[in-house]
Amino acid sequence: MANRLLVAAAAALLLLLATAQPWLRFVLTIALSTGLAVLGIMMLLRAGQVSFGHALYVAAGAYTVAFLRPHSGEALLLVLAGAIVATGIGLLVGLFVTRYRDIFFGMLNLAFSMVAWSLLEKLYALTRGTDGIRVARPEVAGLALEGPAYEWALLLLALALALTSGGLVARYLRTPAGEALGAVKTRETRLEFAGISARRVLLQAYLASAALAGVGGAIAALATLHVTPLLAYWTHSGELVFVAILGGTGHVLGPFLGAVVFELVRVYAAASFPDAWQMILGLVLLGIILAATRGLVGLVDDLLARFGRRA
Amino acid sequence: MGLLLLLAVLDGLAYAGQLFMVAVGLTLVFGVLKILNVAHGSLFAIGAYVAATLIGWFGAEELSLLALAIAALAVGALLGPSIERGLLARIYDKEHVLQLLVTFALFMILEDLQKLLWGVQPRFEDAPVRLLGQVEVGGIFYTAYQLLLLPGVALVALLLLVWFLRRTLLGRSIVAVTHDREAAVAIGIDARFVYLSTFTIGAGLAALGGALAAPTTSLVPGIGVQMIVLSFAVVATAGLGQIEGAAVTALLIGLARSLAVYFAPELEVVVPYLLMVAVLLIRPAGLFGRRELRRV
Repeated sequence: MANRLLVAAAAALLLLLATAQPWLRFVLTIALSTGLAVLGIMMLLRAGQVSFGHALYVAAGAYTVAFLRPHSGEALLLVLAGAIVATGIGLLVGLFVTRYRDIFFGMLNLAFSMVAWSLLEKLYALTRGTDGIRVARPEVAGLALEGPAYEWALLLLALALALTSGGLVARYLRTPAGEALGAVKTRETRLEFAGISARRVLLQAYLASAALAGVGGAIAALATLHVTPLLAYWTHSGELVFVAILGGTGHVLGPFLGAVVFELVRVYAAASFPDAWQMILGLVLLGIILAATRGLVGLVDDLLARFGRRA
Repeated sequence: MGLLLLLAVLDGLAYAGQLFMVAVGLTLVFGVLKILNVAHGSLFAIGAYVAATLIGWFGAEELSLLALAIAALAVGALLGPSIERGLLARIYDKEHVLQLLVTFALFMILEDLQKLLWGVQPRFEDAPVRLLGQVEVGGIFYTAYQLLLLPGVALVALLLLVWFLRRTLLGRSIVAVTHDREAAVAIGIDARFVYLSTFTIGAGLAALGGALAAPTTSLVPGIGVQMIVLSFAVVATAGLGQIEGAAVTALLIGLARSLAVYFAPELEVVVPYLLMVAVLLIRPAGLFGRRELRRV
């Protein structure tokens, strides 16, 4: 119950911010799309696995939108298509990478995403290389919207998707399959003795993570109306992992909290230090890990606990 | 056709030499520390940048080869121990996923450090290549640097490394720690020193690979990430921890890549990974790797 209140309060705060500062609508939409992708990363982290290549699925969702936009003018359909294509690629790659754990899992994902990045850059006839593809603004739920109305519609769509996905993932994590994810991390062999296929459990989470990243990428493409190969580059994957650790893996709110803080800081910081942005992320990441904290969610938890004791 | 094939093979040999140097450091460090250093590619890139800078400083063509050696030694000796003692020593007893995240964070930091120190403009210093001139092979003029020096240094590095690990006290201690750390410590081997020296050697090899690569290509941000991904492909295909195996697979992947460059250029980036995936599908532990026993 307390959690639901927290989520409702967070959603309300988000809408309030978007009303107060119009330029924040775009930033928050992007933040929610990042949060969706990070939600998938969080599921994998629950199983003790880290993917350094999930930008691949964000790019898959975004490029699907760009490729299909000439054939369909409906944003909702484009997002759905993005999710389907990303899941399809996720199945192909996932059947292979879920045979591996730890180092291999992380690095194989990195390798696949870098191959995808190179292809997006090289196959100029198809992808326009580094120039990327411009996406014409589509209709949302049959409505042809302009300017602020389009931004609002997209923000609300992203928020609705974030709330639904967050709820579904939270519920999934409490099912036997979801609980088994944690067992993949601690003692996989014992899980198999209990008659549960660790690989299947991991594959389920992997497919979900690919789908979520695909939705996130599709939303990002609809917000920026432009897609480039950089979406699949390793730095983008690194940012997703960073946000997951920053937000904390204890609660599904973590990825979104992390993403909002991340995108807000980036608006200022990345413009001031374009060549040191990754370095700053790396330093903060080291700090969080070496200090063994539980991310922003842990911070909120501690604050709430202190507040609760006093009341 | 025949000429193209010969060119492809020569290119492949040169590239394999370079690739081996980086991959063998990665696999050696993993064998002992059980940590895969994601930042290993950055050490390659920094070695390359330092070499290019030194070549510029020295000026004279005759000194350029010396510049390469100094760059590799300096990067290995400075960055190796400071990374191992300052960072990795704190995480040996942590979970795998945290170890991966720590070296990934280091990778993010070092990639930007390159941009801050050397900028984002491409750099090109080919004095060593000009110094050694060209040789004729089967009607083709090829640079002696790429034909003889690169594969030669790689071969010497392999032989030295194998001799070092089999015949010297420190080398044998390293092998002992690789096999069973507890037993090795029990008979009086200083595991701390073994970790430190292994990582330093690995870092030095990566930097040497970078220094040797510097004169043959223009240096741009992102060469480090390409190298870590490719050398991981080599190491994974060979089997993690396999040193001679890394040499064989580096040759295999180097040749496959350069054949692709000449005969199917659009596949160039995909070929090494296709090879890796094909091998891993048939032999999940790599060509020369052994399956590890699972703990209950």
